Amino acid sequence: MSKKTTIDRRGLLKGAAAVAGTAIGSGAITGFPTIWAQNIKNVTLRQFGTGVSNLNDIATRCKADTGITISMTAMDTDAAAIRAITQPDSYDVADIEYFTVKKVFPTGRLQPLDIKKITYYDQIVPLFKDGKVTPTASVGQGTAPCRVSYTEGPESKKFAPGPTEWMTLIPTIYNADTLGIRPDLVGKPITHWKELVDPAFKGKAAIINIPGIGIMDAAMTIESLGMMKYGDKGNMTKPEIDKTIAFLIEQKKGGQFRAFWKSFEESVDLMASGEVVIQSMWSPAVTAVRSKGIPCTFQPLAEGYRGWGGGLGIARHLTGLERDAAYEYINWYLSGWTGAYLNRQGYYSAVLTTAQKYMTPNEWGYWMEGKAATAPIVSPQGQQIAKVGDKRDGGSYYDRIGHIACWNSVMDNDRYLIQKWNEFSVA
Amino acid sequence: MSTTVETAAAKPAARVKRARADGSSVGPWLLAMPLTLVLGIFLVIPILMLIVVRFLDYNSVQILWSFVLDNYGQALSDPVTWETFAVTIKYAVITWAITLFLGFWLSYFLAFEVRGAAWQMGLFLVCSVPFLTSNIIRTISWIPALGRNGIVNSVLLHFHLIHQPLTFLLYSQFAIILAFVHLNTLFMVTPIFNSMMRIDRALIEAARDNGAGFWQTIFNVILPLSKTGIGIGTIFVITLVMGDFVSVSIMGGGQSASVGIMIQNEMSQLQYPAAAANAVILLAIVLVMVFLILRVVDIRKEL
Repeated sequence: MSKKTTIDRRGLLKGAAAVAGTAIGSGAITGFPTIWAQNIKNVTLRQFGTGVSNLNDIATRCKADTGITISMTAMDTDAAAIRAITQPDSYDVADIEYFTVKKVFPTGRLQPLDIKKITYYDQIVPLFKDGKVTPTASVGQGTAPCRVSYTEGPESKKFAPGPTEWMTLIPTIYNADTLGIRPDLVGKPITHWKELVDPAFKGKAAIINIPGIGIMDAAMTIESLGMMKYGDKGNMTKPEIDKTIAFLIEQKKGGQFRAFWKSFEESVDLMASGEVVIQSMWSPAVTAVRSKGIPCTFQPLAEGYRGWGGGLGIARHLTGLERDAAYEYINWYLSGWTGAYLNRQGYYSAVLTTAQKYMTPNEWGYWMEGKAATAPIVSPQGQQIAKVGDKRDGGSYYDRIGHIACWNSVMDNDRYLIQKWNEFSVA
Repeated sequence: MSTTVETAAAKPAARVKRARADGSSVGPWLLAMPLTLVLGIFLVIPILMLIVVRFLDYNSVQILWSFVLDNYGQALSDPVTWETFAVTIKYAVITWAITLFLGFWLSYFLAFEVRGAAWQMGLFLVCSVPFLTSNIIRTISWIPALGRNGIVNSVLLHFHLIHQPLTFLLYSQFAIILAFVHLNTLFMVTPIFNSMMRIDRALIEAARDNGAGFWQTIFNVILPLSKTGIGIGTIFVITLVMGDFVSVSIMGGGQSASVGIMIQNEMSQLQYPAAAANAVILLAIVLVMVFLILRVVDIRKEL
């Protein structure tokens, strides 16, 4: 299936420039003057972003399909935000998260993106438009993508409250995060966030050491314990921050935590080595632990998930052919192959309809519908991560994405939070 | 850092002497030019920028061009800042004491116990072999050894010396100090070894002939004559430990703080003015420490 499509698209770009009609049929380069197709091959776009999606496989495939060379730089979330703001000329395409864009976009470093040039705009999941996964689902607290998705016009630096024709990022990836556990070592069923600070796991718990995300995991835990109810976990008041940090310091001094991790690899090592049995985690980290043959569960919890989303933005300085190439790249990104690749790692792609075409019914059933695997499920790197009969942790797409309690956030009291977080680091 | 201080301290005297000798005034200036330019561009200007930035206001995204005293005051009045500095200085002092002890005796062994220059140099090079890999790799390689299911715990459990894995081995202050000692001992060994090799052997014989015992020789002859080496080693170790953030975050499991980590955190949240304020305080403290060391030890004697 996927192979056949490649040949179609490659052929298109190579020889069929004159046959513009075919292009419309395949939907690959609709909306572009076909004449660009040849020139675009020589374009190199510099992209940076988090390690989550800056994968060489994607660049290689993009080169084969569109001819565009993507030179990728992977960095951690904080470093990506710094790069986006302080070195705007050093990149063409920014692959960043929505809570980062809340900081970046008002600085004018990115240009508003014209939705008319996005082939699959209509098929982008509603999460990034009005924020509702299903008509009845509520939008979680915090910097939900829909709150920072749109801008007022082609020159604007402001966020628009609802959908307009101009987007800040074109969404590509998102997920619902929860705690990762070692089912073989926890020794009991884990059902609530409060179990992160269960005395049974003293010295065997860990949380993420990125303030905007770590505070959220702490807030989920505090609410779960019934100690406090937040007005908005994604935008805490100073007293709320004080109480949350005081709670974390108390837990730290009591020896609850084994470590605080900052990078994906650290979280994998902590879990795989058994240093930690319950911790904040990201979905592909769970997959990575499992592919070592070590049991690890991305445990769904009663209070819901912490959500995050990311997308591609185009730097303000990009114009002409290069900008067209960037739009072409984004359209290619949403056209299915990458979506399937991301879905297979446990993330979700922004356009599900195209990704489905690149996945087997078994894969689609396992990852998206919460069905039992009818054949072994393998990661994009070829390691087996689930055997026949296994079901995905947390179930279907709607079960997971529909239960996001809060999103990764940038708070109004951001500066204060960082200060307090330092206090926690020192304590 | 320390090299700069040394060169800066050593240069003027040398220049004055030479200028007088050949009578020309342009030559020495030209000779000093490259170093002046390099130091000016890469040291003085950045430090000036640091000092300026620390007075600027900021929000969560960018530096605002308005003059405030807030960052400085905030950094100085915040107990967190002082706790962090205290912890960092504690690491520096403990590491210094251990590396000094190890460095002194290793050097003593190399300089006085090992016979023959070839063997001495050979063994000295062996000491430096681990330094062919990077700092970070040498730090990280402790993790599999010290972890809950690591080599040390497995061996101890196997021989029934303990019944529960020791958790203080990793992600603790113990682990941090261990890594620091491992990383920095050579910086102590090198200058002390160098000083000891220059000690006239006749002095030691003289001490013995006059009836001095082993410890008397150490304290009254070798120690005073190794003082410059100890001084240089001390500067290396103190400045390296004070500025570190990688070892502390890896070995402390992110649970322990140091000034370096505090500055890194602030920078990663785009709070450059706060980071600059802390960097300037750190610089001042380290300079004072180096100044005190230089008061005790005349490093120029060795150069």
